[in-house]
Amino acid sequence: MKKYIKFIAVLALGFASCEADLDNPIEENFYSSGTADFTNYVAVGNSLTAGYADGALFITGQNNSYPNIMAQQFSLVGGGDFNQPLMDDNLGGLKLGGSVITENRFVLAVDANGNPGPARLGGDPATDISNVLSGSFNNMGVPGAKSFHLVAPGYGNVAGVPTGQANPYFVRFASEANATVIGDAIAQSPTFFSLWIGNNDILSYATSGGVGVDQTGNFDPTTYGSNDITDPNVFASVYQSQVDLLVGTGAKGALINIADVTSIPYFTTVPFAPLSPANPNFGPLIPTLNATYAQLNGAFAFLGVPERSISFATDAASAVVVLDESLLDISAQLTQVLIGGGLDQATATIFGLQYGQARQATASDLLLLTSSGAIGQLNEGRLAQLMAFGVPAADAAQLSINGVTYPMEDQWVLTPAEQSAVAAAQASYNATIQALAGANDLAYVDARAALQAIAGGGVPFDGGVVTSTFVTGGGFSLDGVHPSPRGYALTANTIIEAINAKYGSTVPNVNIGAYGTVTISND
Amino acid sequence: MKKVLSVLVLLLVCAVTYAGGYRVSLQGQRSLAMGHTGVAVVNNAEIAFFNPAGLVYLENKLNIAVGVSGVFADVNYQNTEFGQSAQTDSPTGTPFYFYASYAVSKNVSVGLAAYTPYGSSVDYEQDWAGSHLVNNIELAAIYVQPLISVKLGDVFSLGGGPIYVSGSVNFNRNLNRTLTDLDGNRSNVTLDASGVSAWGWSAGFMFNPTDDLHFGMNYRAQIDVDVEGGDATFSNVPNSPLAPVANGTVGFDATLPLPAEWTVGMSYELGDKWTLAFDYNLAVWSAYKSLDIDFAPEDVPDSVNPRNYDDASTYRFGAQYVMNDKITLRGGYYFDESPVQEGFFAPETPRNDSHGFTGGLSFNVNSKLSIDASFLYLKFEEVDASYIGYQENGQAVPFSGTYKSSAFVPGLGVSYKL
Repeated sequence: MKKYIKFIAVLALGFASCEADLDNPIEENFYSSGTADFTNYVAVGNSLTAGYADGALFITGQNNSYPNIMAQQFSLVGGGDFNQPLMDDNLGGLKLGGSVITENRFVLAVDANGNPGPARLGGDPATDISNVLSGSFNNMGVPGAKSFHLVAPGYGNVAGVPTGQANPYFVRFASEANATVIGDAIAQSPTFFSLWIGNNDILSYATSGGVGVDQTGNFDPTTYGSNDITDPNVFASVYQSQVDLLVGTGAKGALINIADVTSIPYFTTVPFAPLSPANPNFGPLIPTLNATYAQLNGAFAFLGVPERSISFATDAASAVVVLDESLLDISAQLTQVLIGGGLDQATATIFGLQYGQARQATASDLLLLTSSGAIGQLNEGRLAQLMAFGVPAADAAQLSINGVTYPMEDQWVLTPAEQSAVAAAQASYNATIQALAGANDLAYVDARAALQAIAGGGVPFDGGVVTSTFVTGGGFSLDGVHPSPRGYALTANTIIEAINAKYGSTVPNVNIGAYGTVTISND
Repeated sequence: MKKVLSVLVLLLVCAVTYAGGYRVSLQGQRSLAMGHTGVAVVNNAEIAFFNPAGLVYLENKLNIAVGVSGVFADVNYQNTEFGQSAQTDSPTGTPFYFYASYAVSKNVSVGLAAYTPYGSSVDYEQDWAGSHLVNNIELAAIYVQPLISVKLGDVFSLGGGPIYVSGSVNFNRNLNRTLTDLDGNRSNVTLDASGVSAWGWSAGFMFNPTDDLHFGMNYRAQIDVDVEGGDATFSNVPNSPLAPVANGTVGFDATLPLPAEWTVGMSYELGDKWTLAFDYNLAVWSAYKSLDIDFAPEDVPDSVNPRNYDDASTYRFGAQYVMNDKITLRGGYYFDESPVQEGFFAPETPRNDSHGFTGGLSFNVNSKLSIDASFLYLKFEEVDASYIGYQENGQAVPFSGTYKSSAFVPGLGVSYKL
């Protein structure tokens, strides 16, 4: 009997060796790292690198950051752990000393009338920036950072946050108060890096509707306002110093260019002609409005600027009236002509000032996402101003309707002139990025082309097509600027493909269909 | 003797013993060791399952066989396009059997059988790449069957009886590929039903033209397990009117067919020591077209999961060698055709065609009691497969990859005769 038991034991061993192993398991050198070394990947950049989305930074967004997605794929070719300075919750708001300093994230909520739309998530955020994290972090993405911020000592000093000299996100994980972002990045001795910076150098100007200044020609970034365009030479200088520092560690890497602001839903969602005659709050007023504007149009014609004429159609949606700072200010002449036409001086003065740089919008104007809540609404500031001038309340209110009687202010519209300033700086930045990628033999990632593809026909995947349409397109989060998880996955794939092409690696893409889009919640 | 052992070892190493779909062919250690043949093998009380017509040929007045197997099954999955991989960590299944027969007279025997011919236990890592299809499933069905076997003339017998089934199912999957709550936890549903009963029957005949040659045929009817009022529990669904469902438990109805199975076979006794057996099974899997879950609330969308199974054959070969009055050795092989059709390879039952290699032995403790041991190694070919029955926004989203499965099933039983 004993020997049979032995026999059974031997058999059992034989079976145990017959496990269901795949012929070519992906865990065992199935993919190649080519000539790159992904052991220690460090990502440097701004909000895009951090995984910022839906108007905030929060844990699930960070988990879906493109560097984190890439690091998961790098783990198939020898990549190590990828540490991120995770927030304390999924609300996303920041606190300093107990006071909330940034808002919670947007979610897609349904209002009392059953209409879905973005809304800030309620709740008391848990992340206080004075709780500084210890250790080093592979994800060195700092929301809000511009190119020159990465080399600015003190950008992570909590004392500088109230004055705008420091960044609350970097405060959370800067190695010391005087640290620089780039210094903390290279201190980790990366074997591979990605650098995606410069977006905010034009984007903050664009998302502010161009209220900032195009600082081209001003080489001192310490004099810049937060909504200004960075001088291309300043960009080139700081960008080169960052690339030099990163390459100096011996690491290989990828440089990612700057996408067009016109590709993102923040600028493409609100139509330039949203005023429908079917709107009961607007349609019945059209004859009166056109009669009033007829006087003005006569004056425009007399002054040789008939193209500034304003009229609203009764059978189609009309363009809003906008303020265009690039137009010659004809307030004084306009006032005189209107007086000459028989208008009383007070009214003519107000009209002259109100319409001295006004025109109707065209398809070339980009109305900002934030303008959707302002168009057709009473502008309280203008109402107060007019009443202070002595205009009766009823008349003042009639003259203070955004986009109808009161030209849309600068912060709601990115005009063609402002777009040109953005595009000129962007083209220069991208030329710098591409040249430095070539000079340092780094992978060059054309994020601009990738985003154009999404904003164009869209990018097909196994569950449909990703587009840049706000809320429903799948590519963008609810702030209209930052990608959704699916958009970040697509970004990761774009970068991986450029890396594979450069270094001969075979890192696989991720399936973007497995990544979500906008988060629904009524909390 | 050594030669015989070597042959057996060769047969055993890296062989296979399951059957397609969620059929689990482990209904007797002696039969299993012989490639799970038995429709025409009169050996012990295991014949109660394989062909109740054979009970009347058992030599003793009382015959009992009980046994249990341990199913150690592995599934490896990977998708090289996206670098995804998964391994199941399934709990060990323990299918069992109990058979007893009693000879009322020379021509009539009665019996009782309890066995577990259908079941599945597959456990993937939660939220794996195919979690929108299955995270884990536990399916069990116990058959209990009173039997009667009647000899008609010298060479022919009939047998059969009604079957009572008690089944249970526990199944969890994510609602889709992306929906989560605010903290990123995937929205999922667990279906749970137990104590679901159903009735069926089986019957067979046996024909023995000579003392050494036996033919048999057996039919086990399809049994539809109708779940009515099971519990469907939705979890991690975000609080939103835009979500397809809300968190909580609702009722559900579903029907799972336990398909009919035809078996024909023969056995031949070669001298005093050798028995050779062959069985052919046809499992009528075409009954399994779709797994449809009807949730009780009208506003919860029903879940339709096409399966499109097809009828599947199994070819079984077995041999027995009586070494001495203490030891009997057995070996076998079978080829098991998968009922799964191209494009419908769902990870909940990742079964493609397989090869079963079996072996075992009986040790006669005394003239009444013997211990029966068996091994089954079920080997599946590596397969590139996909499931196209899942849809998002009306568009089919295939789930594809490479699968490799295996199962190792040691079993132990006891036969008693009086």
